Amino acid sequence: MKANELDQIRSVIKTNKRADLIFALAGFLALMVGVMAFVTLFGEMLANGWERINPDFFSNFPSRRAANAGILSAWVGSLLVMLVTALSAIPLGIAAGVYLEEYAPKNWMTDLIEINVTNLAGVPSIVYGLLALGVFVYTFGFGQSILTAGLTLGLLILPVVIVSTREALRAIPIHIREGAYGVGATQWQVVSDHLVPYATPGIMTGVIIGMSRAIGETAPIITIGALTFIAFLPPSPITDTAPFLNFEWLFSGFTVMPIQMFNWTSRPEEAFQQNAAAAGLILVLMTLMMNAIAIWLRYRLRKSISW
Amino acid sequence: MSTTEQNLPVKAFTRDFNFYYGSFHALKSINLPVIEKHVTALIGPSGCGKSTLLRSFNRMHDLYPGNRYQGEIVLNPDNTNILDTRVDPIEVRMRVGMVFQKPNPFPKSIYENVAYGLRVRGEKSRSMLDDKIEDALRGASLWNEVKDRLNQPATALSGGQQQRLCIARCLATDPELLLFDEPTSALDPIATANIEELVTQLRDRVTILIVTHNMQQAARVSHYTAYMYLGEVVEYGITDEVFLRPKKKETEDYITGRFG
Ligand SMILES: Nc1ncnc2c1ncn2[C@@H]1O[C@H](COP(=O)(O)OP(=O)(O)O)[C@@H](O)[C@H]1O
Ligand SMILES: [Mg+2]
Repeated sequence: MKANELDQIRSVIKTNKRADLIFALAGFLALMVGVMAFVTLFGEMLANGWERINPDFFSNFPSRRAANAGILSAWVGSLLVMLVTALSAIPLGIAAGVYLEEYAPKNWMTDLIEINVTNLAGVPSIVYGLLALGVFVYTFGFGQSILTAGLTLGLLILPVVIVSTREALRAIPIHIREGAYGVGATQWQVVSDHLVPYATPGIMTGVIIGMSRAIGETAPIITIGALTFIAFLPPSPITDTAPFLNFEWLFSGFTVMPIQMFNWTSRPEEAFQQNAAAAGLILVLMTLMMNAIAIWLRYRLRKSISW
Repeated sequence: MSTTEQNLPVKAFTRDFNFYYGSFHALKSINLPVIEKHVTALIGPSGCGKSTLLRSFNRMHDLYPGNRYQGEIVLNPDNTNILDTRVDPIEVRMRVGMVFQKPNPFPKSIYENVAYGLRVRGEKSRSMLDDKIEDALRGASLWNEVKDRLNQPATALSGGQQQRLCIARCLATDPELLLFDEPTSALDPIATANIEELVTQLRDRVTILIVTHNMQQAARVSHYTAYMYLGEVVEYGITDEVFLRPKKKETEDYITGRFG
């Protein structure tokens, strides 16, 4: 190779690398827009609400006096609603996802259902609220209860669970399935002994991402008529006499974190704005915590599942 | 067919067997015996239908829509046509084990991998499982390497060990016929030699049908060889004869072409 050829190659590489640098910069800036927006929002809530965060804030009911008001009924409500959401959406979503991916015949009907499921994920949440008002509150007579709210949010995140189940199943290599069929397993044995266990990290990630969206949902919960001022707790799910479980809480009135927050922001007094900021802070922390659990779970399970 | 085949029991054979992937006619009028307790090798250029034929013996093609069998594959001693629609493919797969091209252990423990075939057969007794798993792992020449770490993940094993584990997974359920689809193509030379050694050990115990694109391998491990080309069995016979005195010009071209 002649010296001038080498120079030429070097100058081409240099030009090519310039594009690299430009993109890295642009990408970094784009990322910073998102990060800064979050940091600013979070920082403002932190600055406003920080003083209000103390044990009393968690153990007090809402009150007319801002200084005494707390989020007890709201966080308990959110927790119980999320429990119903998880218990309804996880089994339904996994079953539907497994059916669509593994059992459904490949024809136009299945394609149509698939398109619909994907589209459901984009339906505005208030529409779910309207549906729930008609179906759960009036038709089934569940009332404006934790059960109604939990099922509504369960429906809301169902598409996410179905889609993540299908994606997780699709990621399992064909030769693993054939290995299981090869020793004489039935389709159900392949699904229950292999596919669902191996898909669990992916499914769990979908579930938690769905739940962290659901926990902040306000519109559908207001639509079904959640109360904004609740100074009581639902009956405890666990009792000290046999059978130790109590389901009355399902039909109890309730409030949730975002509604409590909404209620406080609509008051004129400065002190209530502080409460709202503090509640918002807790809500964001709850969401971050759920995402952290999702990441941790995925990491733990992925380590034990590889092919 | 030569006299040898008339005297030896036939474990399985195909009769006018055709196979279609949708409208694609992949196998044409295959008539092939598989002699009991011997190794039969399928050789031929890539795409000639070796895997397709092999996978018909445990009805793997049933897993995918659009595939169609025609003709018979008969399994002895009960003289069952395993392609008959009344025969459950699950039952066929319980009788006929398969080892795949790429080692495919389940992402479970070594123990659970070997136990799986027994579990789907309803075996629950721990001591029975333990015994059969040890036997299977010994049979696959893997016991000494893994006996102290049966509860560790199978995916941590080397490729060659994983393939022997997959063989143990089949052996645990005592298959009548064992299918190998290019079992060494993803392995290094030492692991390959181990698997070949294992196949020669197993051939006294179980009937083996093996696909290989490596002709030396076919010559080393098999008693009978079928040369396939474009979906047909061109020549079948005792391995030495097929390799040293091929009857057909095509067979000779393929064999000499590869060796030379
Ligand atoms: N799932 C499939 N659908 C359609 N054609 C296939 C499929 N699998 C294999 N074939 C075709 O069938 C022929 C035989 O393939 P295969 O049995 O895999 O060959 P070999 O194992 O001898 O390399 C090839 O022409 C291949 O393209
Ligand atoms: Mg092949």
